[in-house]
Amino acid sequence: MPSKDSKTNFALLRNKILSQNGKNYWRSVEEFVDAPEFAEFVSREYPQHAEEWSDGFSRRNFIKIMGASLALAGLSGCIIQPAEKIVPYVKQPEEIIPGKPLFFATAATLGGVATGLLARSNEGRPTKIEGNPDHVGSLGATNVFAQAELLSLYDPDRTQQVFYRNEQKTWQSFVAEFRGKVEENRQNGGAGIRFLTETVTSPTLIAQFKQILTELPGAKWYQYEPVNKDNAHQGAKLAFGSPVNTVYKFDKAERILSLDADIFGGTNVRYMKDFSKGRKVGHGEESKMNRLYTVETTLSLTGAKSDHRLAVKPSEMTEVAKAIAKALGVSGASSAYSNKWVDVMAKDLLEAKGKSLVVAGDNQPPVVHALAHAMNAALNNVGQTVTYTDPLSEKADVAQTDGLKELIKDIDAGAVKMLVILGGNPVYNTPADAKLSKERMMDDAKLPFRLHLSQSMDETSELCHWHVNAKHFLEMWSDTRAYDGTATIVQPLVQPLYDGKSAHEIVQLFAKENFEKKEIDIVKDYWKTNGLADDKAWRKAVHDGSIPNSALPAKTVTANTGFLSQSTPAPTGSGDLEIAILPDPSIYDGRYTNNGWLQELPNPLNKVTWENVALVSPKTAEKLGVNQGRDANQQAGAGEGTTFYNTKGGNLFSDLVTLTYQDGKVSQKVPIWVSPGQPDDVVTIFLGYGRTRAGKVGTGLGYNAYEVRKSDAMWFGKGSISKTGETTTIASSQTHFNMEGRENEILRVFDYDSWEKDAQTTHQHNEYELSMFEPHEYKERKWGMNIDLNSCVGCNACVLACQSENNIPVVGKEQVERSREMHWMRVDAYFEGEDVNNPKALNFQPMLCQQCEQAPCELVCPVHATVHSAEGLNDMVYNRCIGTRYCSNNCPYKVRRFNFLLFQDWNTPQYKLMRNPEVSIRSRGVMEKCTYCTQRISAARIEAEKAGREVRDGEIVTACEAVCPTDAIVFGNLNDPNSRVAKLSKDHRNYNVLNSLNTQPRTTYLAGLRNQNKEMPDYKAQEWVKKAAEKAKEGAANEGETKKSEGASH
Amino acid sequence: MHDLKEVQKKIYPPMVEGKHTFATVSDEIGDITLKKKTPFHWFIGFGIAFLIAQALLMTITYLLAKGIGIWGNNQPIGWAFDIINFVWWIGIGHAGTLISAILLLLNQKWRTSINRFAEAMTLFAVACAGMFPLLHTGRPWLAYWMLPYPNVMGMWQNFRSPLMWDVFAVSTYATVSALFWYVGLIPDLATLRDRAKNPFFKFVYGLLSMGWRGSARHWHRYEIAYLILAGLSTPLVLSVHSIVSFDFSVSQLPGWHATIFPPYFVAGAIFAGFAMVLILCIPLRHWYKMQDFITKTHLIYMGKVMLATGLIVVYGYFMEAFFGWYSENQYESYMIQNRIWTGPYWFMYWLLIFCNGISIQFLWFKRFRESEFWLFVISVIVSVGMWLERFVIIVTSLHRDFLPANWAMYSPTMFDWSMFLGTIGFFFTLIYLFVRFLPIISIFEVRTLLPDAHVEDHGHAHEHVGDEATA
Repeated sequence: MPSKDSKTNFALLRNKILSQNGKNYWRSVEEFVDAPEFAEFVSREYPQHAEEWSDGFSRRNFIKIMGASLALAGLSGCIIQPAEKIVPYVKQPEEIIPGKPLFFATAATLGGVATGLLARSNEGRPTKIEGNPDHVGSLGATNVFAQAELLSLYDPDRTQQVFYRNEQKTWQSFVAEFRGKVEENRQNGGAGIRFLTETVTSPTLIAQFKQILTELPGAKWYQYEPVNKDNAHQGAKLAFGSPVNTVYKFDKAERILSLDADIFGGTNVRYMKDFSKGRKVGHGEESKMNRLYTVETTLSLTGAKSDHRLAVKPSEMTEVAKAIAKALGVSGASSAYSNKWVDVMAKDLLEAKGKSLVVAGDNQPPVVHALAHAMNAALNNVGQTVTYTDPLSEKADVAQTDGLKELIKDIDAGAVKMLVILGGNPVYNTPADAKLSKERMMDDAKLPFRLHLSQSMDETSELCHWHVNAKHFLEMWSDTRAYDGTATIVQPLVQPLYDGKSAHEIVQLFAKENFEKKEIDIVKDYWKTNGLADDKAWRKAVHDGSIPNSALPAKTVTANTGFLSQSTPAPTGSGDLEIAILPDPSIYDGRYTNNGWLQELPNPLNKVTWENVALVSPKTAEKLGVNQGRDANQQAGAGEGTTFYNTKGGNLFSDLVTLTYQDGKVSQKVPIWVSPGQPDDVVTIFLGYGRTRAGKVGTGLGYNAYEVRKSDAMWFGKGSISKTGETTTIASSQTHFNMEGRENEILRVFDYDSWEKDAQTTHQHNEYELSMFEPHEYKERKWGMNIDLNSCVGCNACVLACQSENNIPVVGKEQVERSREMHWMRVDAYFEGEDVNNPKALNFQPMLCQQCEQAPCELVCPVHATVHSAEGLNDMVYNRCIGTRYCSNNCPYKVRRFNFLLFQDWNTPQYKLMRNPEVSIRSRGVMEKCTYCTQRISAARIEAEKAGREVRDGEIVTACEAVCPTDAIVFGNLNDPNSRVAKLSKDHRNYNVLNSLNTQPRTTYLAGLRNQNKEMPDYKAQEWVKKAAEKAKEGAANEGETKKSEGASH
Repeated sequence: MHDLKEVQKKIYPPMVEGKHTFATVSDEIGDITLKKKTPFHWFIGFGIAFLIAQALLMTITYLLAKGIGIWGNNQPIGWAFDIINFVWWIGIGHAGTLISAILLLLNQKWRTSINRFAEAMTLFAVACAGMFPLLHTGRPWLAYWMLPYPNVMGMWQNFRSPLMWDVFAVSTYATVSALFWYVGLIPDLATLRDRAKNPFFKFVYGLLSMGWRGSARHWHRYEIAYLILAGLSTPLVLSVHSIVSFDFSVSQLPGWHATIFPPYFVAGAIFAGFAMVLILCIPLRHWYKMQDFITKTHLIYMGKVMLATGLIVVYGYFMEAFFGWYSENQYESYMIQNRIWTGPYWFMYWLLIFCNGISIQFLWFKRFRESEFWLFVISVIVSVGMWLERFVIIVTSLHRDFLPANWAMYSPTMFDWSMFLGTIGFFFTLIYLFVRFLPIISIFEVRTLLPDAHVEDHGHAHEHVGDEATA
């Protein structure tokens, strides 16, 4: 094939002809192109034979390809061949054994606080996220957000290149223009440059910013995140004069008071881990159970778990906190609020001086934080259960909203020439009165250069000139800090899928020289001078996932109570209701809106998926006349109904209302959810929904609370709701929160006192011996699981870990409405107490396949698709399943999940990379369920057999067990008397769910305990226990004689 | 003497009215297929039924393409319309078998004029029923795995599963019903062959009549074969629906797990079946002027059977409620409370009680038993009621079982309805074709009821009939 620059190249000649412009007259082609090569070309007899057109698709090539395709067509006729090239490792790279996953330490940062992770990599693809046991912020556990980051990495909606005004550009062209702009702005010291980031705790990035800000003294850097620590920092300023980072030690606290602080719904898994240590009672060792008091507005996971909960209106909170402070003897504290609840509780805290803890929530006003500090000081807790350090982030003394307002002012004044937004989504999530609005963003005269670094084209990106596709943290080098300041190096597991860039690289572009420094060098160079001088130390830090001794040193501060004399501003707004705002428990502030896993993850408290609702109390609902179709006894938040002809799927109907907050109206209609435990006349709304450009998954779901959020009323204010008369359907994975008097059989919660007095009271008697048949003997291993309901806080982490590990599909809102969600593991929630509208507590129970010894499902499958394994597991054989669903009908726990439609995405290439290669992808028409992570069992068994030893206890860790922040789940071999699970199964609190059916489950539970203070006005003994005891007595009286003669034992 | 005859007539009313001879019977019944112009209403009825049957075809196509998620089934309601319809259709079929087999063995003469189309009804109902267990599976293309055949996968079936028993019960039932019906048709097909003028029909009927000449030897073998088949069918009447009920009673779900299910289901099946026989025979009798063969007496008898079986079914409802209370089992008692009163489907239960319990009380009165109109109305109500009964048993038991966290509601979708109504269309399409092309009443058996047949002693009656058939 002749080269492109051949003299007789036809294309060359053609171009020559076409390049002639103007009025040229010619008689013949020869005359027209007076060139020797042209003459040669035309003089040839068969020009088309002698030469090829350089169109890239030559005749020869064409024939070659045709020939090959014909030959291959014959082959592909038989089997569909994968389109990918399969290349074996000719030389095997070090450490990589095909089929064996590798784990790499890294960290996820949310709200400026890191959770250390170990990410699993299968053949170079991250496939699962686990917690890093060596990281202080994780200790091996993670929360739902960190789990779901895996899906965010493979989100097909991520942008794959740089965009300039929605036009695809290259990074190089961006750098060229950007550098030009930077140099242009350097003239006046960068006075027109503004950076806007989320909360930054990365030491390297902070150092980079500091460097740039000294080079460009006129430039300014703002941080804004909708869920931030402003109040905590301002509160610390009130109490101590300077903002501090508060570090709690829940493991050392015996009495804990939460002032609207959602310890378990928050992002810090370490706190959950520490708290659960005070809930692990029994098991031989003598340990006291801690006691948790909660004063809060909206029922949270913390409130649900607490031993005593007081629901107050958000506006009352300050007064309540003052009353508590007064009762605790904080000097200068006085309050108009008085309640026996507060006094008795304060007495209890005072009895545990130095071993108690008061925690204030980030959404409480600064004064409550200051009060909490004063209370901790009064209780001698400082240095014991609470310590202080410098804030993790830079510029913590200025509230983020104040900074944001300053930025908006500058923009309006036309002072901003270059707005560089690194991460976040400020156009969407800034408060209404300091909005980075469309008008501001589209004004090219005032904002001539706008840049957004983001993983997808979102609301902010679409209004910016430049959109740079960001790296996911699993693709980049960076660093971050844990809750106590311990630094972690973030290392990439995979090459950036789409060649994204990180904030480090963008900020580096502002540097005078070396502006294209590689990310790894930026991070490495920073740490070279900050404690990781040699390469060995660096490698160790990267490997371990944390930098030794990098925790921030404890700071000595003294609380003054001078702030008590200051008046606290109350929210000004019109309306007869108080409205509280909370981040969504699943999708947080809106950054996870496009994450299907989190969208479908049921809200831990009301099990609503795929949208946000507005919570009201039953009484308020009655007053407003909303959701009156609901059955109060059933405690669902909306009315359950059935339709003769169902098009949309929903059977749960909720009224739509219009909602105003601080005189602003939410533009979408808001669905109502009636939530027992909510104080009257208070509505709770959630952030994160109503996004207009989130992606295929998240766009257009729910209502947008940011529309009405104000910078002076970030968390609560006044408002009103009015009924529209319209209804909608809600996708809730649970509609019945009342246990219908089945406490004895389903979710057993006892009083701590009665258990401590006599552990026998919690004992459950079973009748395994009464079978007509000899039980099967398991010679080798016999797997079992134990779930400690006293530790479980219902955080949902297990649900998501299971979804990630076992390739469980997301089914979408309509299918959830049809009650077809696929989660193998779910967390059931039941309200406790006789008064269904004013419940005592909300209890949680993780529910998964119970792996029954006498499995009802196995009996009824006509094709033996579900059978018992030699190790006692109830195996599901997908390939054998024909989908009669009989097994599910006969399963009393209803833990089986059926692929009613083709729920798995077989086409999106990104998802193919994400899936766990050790778990098969189920197709339509097949039943599936929890397998106890059989792939992990097999892996450990193989290892053990290779080494010729028994599988060690704790060697097999199921996905749910691994992720559990409270260590509530234990898996192991029931045949090994020394295994943890075997020991737990002998605990008196151990029980089987639905024991009367005698299914003999392998998954057993430890009954929950409630450590109530008997003096508290809301003390109430567990009524069901009394009832069950009476019934048992009655039964014993009837059958006592026969039982005795048979000598039945437990 | 005279009085005695009157009394006798009252006790044993004649099963054929009017003045009929062997020839007129053959004419009356055979001419519907052979000579009479196909009535206009046949075309309308067939057209409508055929159209509805197309909905079934389209639904099945979509179902195979998308999966059973197009229906309203969910977790925990794994079975809904699919199994409701299956049990309903299977139940309807039972009357046919009962009439042909048990009543034959019990020498009930009145069965002769209704057994032909009752058997056809059985066959078509089983065809409709059989569709559901096959299509309700998630992967219907693998449904053959339920058949025990030697295979390279080395897999075997789970014979402890009631679904396996179902496979055998239903397939046996379908086979025996088809055989019984066909064997019973042979002499009549021969009659039609002899009378047909159209060479094509003559050929087809000839082929189907398998060379029947009506010789004494033919009759002898026929009688034995028919009796054997009746003997085979008799246990099936009881066993098939018992086994269908095992699908429920073997499971441990409150509302399913009840010992009363087998007899209760069998009675329900006969109840539903007679209702369907009446729904079919009243219009047939009316439009094709068959009052001479399907007399008032027939209607009265069928009304009585319906009343008797209906009362057994109502007893079943009482017993279910009683068990819920007497067992003192919290799940059982919650189930029955939920079903009757506190649950969201309470209206379905009371609709069922109205349809199956209250409406049949009118059958105590002769006035209603004799009236074509009222019998038809009550039969339709009972058919609806029997469908509701299965809905109540299947859906309301599944929707609230043991763990309240997992409870849910069920609402049918468009495809649930199109599938259900589609099978009704399919059923009536087959019935219409049957009415048009085959003798709806057994010609030769009706002839045995004629006074002519009683001239000589009973043993020789058939030979006369046979002579006529080949004449």
